[in-house]
Amino acid sequence: MCCAFVQEGVKMVQGSLPLHWRKYPERYRLEGNINEQTGQEFFPARVVDPTAGRGGKLKAKEMPREGKILSWTEVFAGPLGFENETPYFLAIVELTNGVKLLTQVVDSEKEKIKIGAKVKKMFRKISDTDAEGAIAYGYKFRVVG
Amino acid sequence: MRSVSIISVGLTRFGEHWDKNFKELIAEAGTKAIVDSGLERKDIQAVYGGCMASGRFVGQEHIGALIADQLGLNPIPATRIEAACASGGVALRNGYMAVGSGMYDVVAVGGVEKMTEVSTEDAGYALGGAGDQETELFMGASFPALYAMMARAHMKEFGTTEEQMAAVSVKNHKNAVHNEYAQFRSEITIEDVMKSGYIASPLKLLDCSPITDGAAAVILCATDVAKKMKLVDKAVEIIASAQTSDTLALAHRKNLWETKAAKIAADEAYKQAGIKAKDVSFAEVHDCFSPAEIMAIEALGFCKQGEGGKFTEQGNTAIGGTIPVNTSGGLKAFGHAIGATGIKQAIEAYWQLNNMAGKRQVKGAEIGLSHNVGGSGATCVVHLYRKV
Repeated sequence: MCCAFVQEGVKMVQGSLPLHWRKYPERYRLEGNINEQTGQEFFPARVVDPTAGRGGKLKAKEMPREGKILSWTEVFAGPLGFENETPYFLAIVELTNGVKLLTQVVDSEKEKIKIGAKVKKMFRKISDTDAEGAIAYGYKFRVVG
Repeated sequence: MRSVSIISVGLTRFGEHWDKNFKELIAEAGTKAIVDSGLERKDIQAVYGGCMASGRFVGQEHIGALIADQLGLNPIPATRIEAACASGGVALRNGYMAVGSGMYDVVAVGGVEKMTEVSTEDAGYALGGAGDQETELFMGASFPALYAMMARAHMKEFGTTEEQMAAVSVKNHKNAVHNEYAQFRSEITIEDVMKSGYIASPLKLLDCSPITDGAAAVILCATDVAKKMKLVDKAVEIIASAQTSDTLALAHRKNLWETKAAKIAADEAYKQAGIKAKDVSFAEVHDCFSPAEIMAIEALGFCKQGEGGKFTEQGNTAIGGTIPVNTSGGLKAFGHAIGATGIKQAIEAYWQLNNMAGKRQVKGAEIGLSHNVGGSGATCVVHLYRKV
């Protein structure tokens, strides 16, 4: 993790190359995991099932790529790394398997971004301000229909 | 656990301290508390300091030792507590446990944050660390954005309006006018809030607490020891201390429109003190954003779930209302120097219970409550106070 102290021209945004690499399955394919015994699914993947402890075996599983918006916001003041991206939309999305995640909503008409709207996963650039120069890609969602 | 009391307090003004650095803020608040306690520095046996992100804000870590050094308390044990915006409240709880357990008779507890040394974007990024770095901040979710999504869910579920949320800011600004330590001592109107620009819709600039420098400190003493030493003149007993946790990421909660950790902490605190929500005379709650106060008063049981907006709009939480909330001005108008906020809430309770709050005094105040939240609700600390 790169954490250069704040000074002119040095960004503190997190994200070393190994971190990007480790996150490929999660950020590129929406890979989480499932407790094979209980059927409970997790995203991001967990090392320990917080509801079952030692019970059941966790196995990698891709999440469904569709869901609906539970809540959303249009951001006008972004944190470091996103200050030039504003305005942009964020939403909490519930996937069709019940798993929830936070995502940006892109390529959608503003009027269609509302609670209950159906959304679909896209593959997009997330940020390029990382200290090691790597461009971070990952999931964003768009409204369908 | 034996009874523990706050015997003295110290506070800096909250605001933009261009002329003071991190160490000076700590020294100012800490020295006031020590001097007012009537004790010698050698009587203090340990110190706990709440601080969230000094590494990001001023490049300084190792805050426990720094506090002890600045206050001339070496070589006593000195510990930093970090729980995001609840750092101060959790520090208070750790001091309470240290004395309550019998390990120490007297400890100093403080909180500090110096936030104005960095740009607003840098501050937003530092504060974003209170959420889940890998799935929230990485996606561009600042704290206003997280609370905005909680607010919109509350609006959808219960019909809460932007005007009702604005009423929280209006009330808290009105209270801060009478507080010489507050960052913003000016009244605002519902229209002012509604006209201020969106930060993250539906939250506007005047729904959001500011970026603040400040420090706060209290001296805790075992109540029986304080009585023996005749230090109970203004002592305020901590009659309950409850702390809870929840998922770090907002998306992993069952409902976006409630802070479940706060409800559990409040229930536990009321049980410890043997009281009910209706017995509370006033409360300092964590209004980092105006909808947070609405969700707080629902979680604390001052009104029914979903009715916090209407309850606020009707004036119930104003001074003179059924349950005055944030008489200090709250995080919105008093300011929110992250690590110091939880301690400053306890100080307002101390002033109110000692009838020292001047024009913002709650008449006949008997029991005070403080509610300090970390992140979007992943840590919650509730304390109850009563005059010894």
